[in-house]
Amino acid sequence: MSQEHNMRRVTAIRNGTVIDHIPSGQAMRVLEMLGINKGTSVPVSLVMNVPSKKMGTKDIIKVEDRELNQDELNRLALVAPDAHVAIIRAYSVAEKLTIELGDEIVNVVRCTLSNCITSNLREPLAHRLKIFSRSPLELRCHYCGRPQELDELANNVL
Amino acid sequence: MPGLITMDDLSNEEILSILDDAERLLPVAKGDHYLPLLQGKILGNLFFEPSTRTRMSFETAMKRLGGDVVNLGDVKTSSVVKGETLFDTIQMVDGYTDIIAMRHPRQGAAQYAQDAARVPILNGGDGAGHHPTQTMLDLFTIRQAHGRLDGLKVILAGDLRYGRTVHSLSHALTRFGCELIFASPELLRMPREIVSDLNAHGAKVTETEDLLGSIDTADVVYMTRIQKERFADEDEYAKVAGAYKLHASNLEGSKESMIIMHPLPRVDEIHPSVDATRHARYFEQAFNGVVARMSLLCRLLNIEVPASIGGEA
Repeated sequence: MSQEHNMRRVTAIRNGTVIDHIPSGQAMRVLEMLGINKGTSVPVSLVMNVPSKKMGTKDIIKVEDRELNQDELNRLALVAPDAHVAIIRAYSVAEKLTIELGDEIVNVVRCTLSNCITSNLREPLAHRLKIFSRSPLELRCHYCGRPQELDELANNVL
Repeated sequence: MPGLITMDDLSNEEILSILDDAERLLPVAKGDHYLPLLQGKILGNLFFEPSTRTRMSFETAMKRLGGDVVNLGDVKTSSVVKGETLFDTIQMVDGYTDIIAMRHPRQGAAQYAQDAARVPILNGGDGAGHHPTQTMLDLFTIRQAHGRLDGLKVILAGDLRYGRTVHSLSHALTRFGCELIFASPELLRMPREIVSDLNAHGAKVTETEDLLGSIDTADVVYMTRIQKERFADEDEYAKVAGAYKLHASNLEGSKESMIIMHPLPRVDEIHPSVDATRHARYFEQAFNGVVARMSLLCRLLNIEVPASIGGEA
């Protein structure tokens, strides 16, 4: 099945954001990490487990009438680091964005160590995970230094 | 240097220079000379969990140098029990003091406090995390006995999983090229991430359940307490703890210069028969907490320790 066919599974959007090349099964988590899963009134289309030449299968999300900014997209570094993002204006791709992994992931997820000081959610300082290694991705808590299990982290989205 | 949170905050040169200062401060720590280097300075002692030696030695260190100390007091009667965040507590104490020594049951608390404070934080233990001021006094004790830190063979024994003193110490010893033997029951092995970090730094590490196997070739045996509450049942505890007890008769084949250390308190992992041997260093080690912390307080408060103290060059 072609790329075009995948994209046509849902209607083309006039304005908004398309997030492509999300690892299969991660679309719901992407919505969660972007805060689009609740309290949002914009139309959202979601395609899961469609064929992909590069990935085997993948998920795609289209968010209408909302342009995600770079900071919001960077939140996806943990679950969809290779996602392609297109900002759509008047049915055309106006901008292409890639997810950037900085030196730190701030206030996206909290440390997985239950005894970390940041597990008291009343503590006001930012949740900070440092990029210890990029390939393979290894994150460590800025405060307690604990290496993070990436699977567990997905359950600790703020 | 803002504070001391982990041993990574100090270079090897800084460690050695702080130990040199500590050595010159010995007569002051013993009370033979009064040297009010820290007059007018106030240390905030924030101990959110019990401490005897660390809290008292910080207090003694400050007072021997002419400084003053304010204590958080019993956590049960402080604002912590009313639900105050660590952030708020630090904001308050930061305004009252020039430097803070802190122990907290949660890992990462010291770094968190440092991020919240203007004054330097000395980490006196954060959960199962780090205890760098203990490491400094341990290094002082080792250097005092052996005249050097590099190239020694050190056995770390007992609870290596939860014992924060051995976590900080093993990092520091690796940086000085020591050979490390981790002797512990399977359940209390050194955490994987620490062993992997040590290996990444080129450490020579052996893990074993046999404490006595390499005791004859060791330069230092660092014992720690195995806590009963770590085990599901008492029989298992008794079986395991029994294998990590030192008796004077175990030391007959050891090197003359070998020293036995323990962060204290001990329960029965070092039999009193060891106390009278030339190897026992744990009480000197506890005393060295004062001198090591004096040196650290001066360093973090940017107060230079004179090159000559009490007429000694």
